[in-house]
Amino acid sequence: MTAYLKLDRLSKAFGKGAKRSLALNEVSLDIAKGEFIALIGHSGCGKSTVLNLVAGLETATSGEVLLDGRKVTAPGADRAMVFQNYSLLPWLTVKDNVFQAVDAVFGALRPKYWKQEATEYYLRMVNLWDHRDKYPSALSGGMRQRVSIARAFAVQPRVLLLDEPFGALDALTKGSLHEELLRMWSDEGKRTPQTILMVTHDLDEALYLSDRIVVMSNGPAATIREVLEVPIPRPRDKRRLMHDPVYLAIKERLLELLEEGHPTSASTSEAAA
Amino acid sequence: MIEAGRVLAAAAPVGLAPTRFAESIRRTREMVSSLLWGAASFALLLLCWQIVSGTVGGDLPTPLSTFRTLAEMLADPFNPDRNSLGIGIQLWESLQRVAIGFGLGTLIAIPLGVLMGSSEIANRLLNPISQILRPVSPLVWFPLALVAFKAVGGTATATFFTILITSLWPTVISTAFGVSSLPTDYRTVARVFQFSRDRYLLKILIPHSLPHILTGLRVSMGIAWLVIVATEMLSGGTGIGFFAWDSYNAGSYDKMVAAVVMIGVVGLLLDRCFDFALQRLKRG
Repeated sequence: MTAYLKLDRLSKAFGKGAKRSLALNEVSLDIAKGEFIALIGHSGCGKSTVLNLVAGLETATSGEVLLDGRKVTAPGADRAMVFQNYSLLPWLTVKDNVFQAVDAVFGALRPKYWKQEATEYYLRMVNLWDHRDKYPSALSGGMRQRVSIARAFAVQPRVLLLDEPFGALDALTKGSLHEELLRMWSDEGKRTPQTILMVTHDLDEALYLSDRIVVMSNGPAATIREVLEVPIPRPRDKRRLMHDPVYLAIKERLLELLEEGHPTSASTSEAAA
Repeated sequence: MIEAGRVLAAAAPVGLAPTRFAESIRRTREMVSSLLWGAASFALLLLCWQIVSGTVGGDLPTPLSTFRTLAEMLADPFNPDRNSLGIGIQLWESLQRVAIGFGLGTLIAIPLGVLMGSSEIANRLLNPISQILRPVSPLVWFPLALVAFKAVGGTATATFFTILITSLWPTVISTAFGVSSLPTDYRTVARVFQFSRDRYLLKILIPHSLPHILTGLRVSMGIAWLVIVATEMLSGGTGIGFFAWDSYNAGSYDKMVAAVVMIGVVGLLLDRCFDFALQRLKRG
């Protein structure tokens, strides 16, 4: 099976000469179309770097990213991103924040009414159409992130990249956003699910949302430690999950892997920040 | 005055949901309050003035005689008679010069600021120049300009140049700062969502930088107004600055001080325009 999104021996080094440090060392991963992949690891393990490489925001020192066979060289809306800090433009309304992105991507390819309808469709999906004329400053963090998600989906990317999207939110908001994301991911079963690559710190989140969890080793020169399948059938129920032995087993394995790489004893000098 | 404040405070609806009506009442209260404070401040100034003119001020006219003269001048502001040109005409001449000099300055300052804010090379190259030129007094630029532009319009050109070269800098600096302070996040958004250069400028760079640019323009305007008065004193002809200097030479100190008052008032109004624009911008 040719992977839809292929990370082929990605390495990334920063700095020059004596200060050169290898952040990523030969990261390879095959992602199928429609898969939901979670990327987990300690801070400083380079998971955001992986995301930036796929997004095209940075170039790899060696290795390449292939999307549907074609090499990724620059940022683009085919790999739309949801940022940790929402990154909504504060002087644009909710509607405009989404519309400007749609307009920028589809430009002359689509008529105006199509773009306006697309904007409405995705804002309704995140239940924010009624707030379309508000400015980001009038919204809560959760609402802003939903706009950010709507914006990313609205440009109909091939791959959706999420960089710790729910990190700044409280548990309750996170919970409802998980539901919303899953709904949008598969459009409630109506179409082929969106291919998603999500960086997160939250193990439960990764287990609830993803098909596979990629565990990174610690930096520097981080690489993929292990890839865990999450064979729990969908739709998943958060409450029942807590007692699901499969879930618990995977979670235990995750904790093991993360603890192993990051011992609490003071002897290791390698412990990345 | 404090009583007036209390009455207003009592009249304001407390605990009302933020309706438009409550909003406009609040804004009216703020306006009246700042007017009252302005009046108090002005009264303090008048008091100091009266004291000075009564004691060490020599021939300095008192506030009373000045305002009487001012009233006379304002009674016939557009008098075309060469010997007693109406103050309205004088101010208009000055404002026109400021408009041209300031306008030209802005056309140069903003692109220059954008360049310096976005290019490290441009910044390192041009910043030292701006640091050297900035502190040079307009009173020195003016004769230099007169010599340089003798063949190209003489006094008028020299005046515009002087206003330009002295009032540029605050706008350049503020604009450069506005541009360079654009958060990386927004630039990343533009990259990921494939914003064209025009969309990036129009929807990201300019909206972010506009408050900074306006602030710079406001300071620049203040300098421009200051400079026009100074250059008019040196060059003669028409204008409020010339009028002030001319009155001094003729011994009409009342008119001189009245001119100073007018200069101050116009300067304040110009500043208020920018302040108003900034407030409108802030309210989104």
